[in-house]
Amino acid sequence: MVDGTPIGRARGLGSAHEGVHHWLTQRFTAVGNLVLMLFLTISLALLPEYDYATLSGWASQLLPATALALLLVSVFWHARLGVQVVVEDYVHEAGTKFGILVLLNLVFIGGAAFGLISIARLAFGGAA
Amino acid sequence: MPRGASSLSKPQKFTERTQLRMANRPLSPHLQIYKWGPHMALSITHRVTGSAMAFVGLPILLWWLGAMAAGAGAYDTFAFVMGSPIGIIVLIGLSWTFFTHMLSGLRHFVLDIGAGYELSVNKTWSMVVFALGIILTVLFWAVIFLK
Repeated sequence: MVDGTPIGRARGLGSAHEGVHHWLTQRFTAVGNLVLMLFLTISLALLPEYDYATLSGWASQLLPATALALLLVSVFWHARLGVQVVVEDYVHEAGTKFGILVLLNLVFIGGAAFGLISIARLAFGGAA
Repeated sequence: MPRGASSLSKPQKFTERTQLRMANRPLSPHLQIYKWGPHMALSITHRVTGSAMAFVGLPILLWWLGAMAAGAGAYDTFAFVMGSPIGIIVLIGLSWTFFTHMLSGLRHFVLDIGAGYELSVNKTWSMVVFALGIILTVLFWAVIFLK
């Protein structure tokens, strides 16, 4: 039971019961990205100018600020899940893999938080 | 009786040498065996574009938002760098990356429901995704530059 072939060791142990949640969340956030990124790209393409006043004026409005906040959550979550799959495919040493996944959480959750605070500052008019 | 229980109670059939030989037997053929096609190119492109957006696109997105939140001075620095020729090239690259990843993702939704696996259909849509990705990128920048 302990030795044997890789499939022989896995057979009978059943599913890890975690893959489906990861897979589904990747799809749910993909739909969110689709809607919100199209909103962002179309809005940016249609802006008259790209100076500070135009951009910050646009981003601090209620609807764009809401969309940007949702976009940050959806995109950073999706990116975090996607990069995890890449890491799991190419990093085979368990300890290294665990360390990288911990690092990914810090980077992606931290990045999303920074973006959300930036939008909040714009939307609530606190910019210097 | 569940299948797992019956197989566990069976006596070990393999000797140690047999187990060793079984463990070293060839597994499924790897990438270099197959002839490259558009579907394989799109598959790795999806991964590369996704990673590029995660590690290049998201930092630029955060710089943009942070600069706007910090004020006009910080935003002007951002606009100067990203509006330079190199900055524009990076942004055009990222927009192509986004549109291609988005279209490839839509193709994945179709594959997820079990459709589009016929060889000719699969090949056609893979090439359509590549073509549409370039077309959307050109349209996006045409709207911006021709305004």
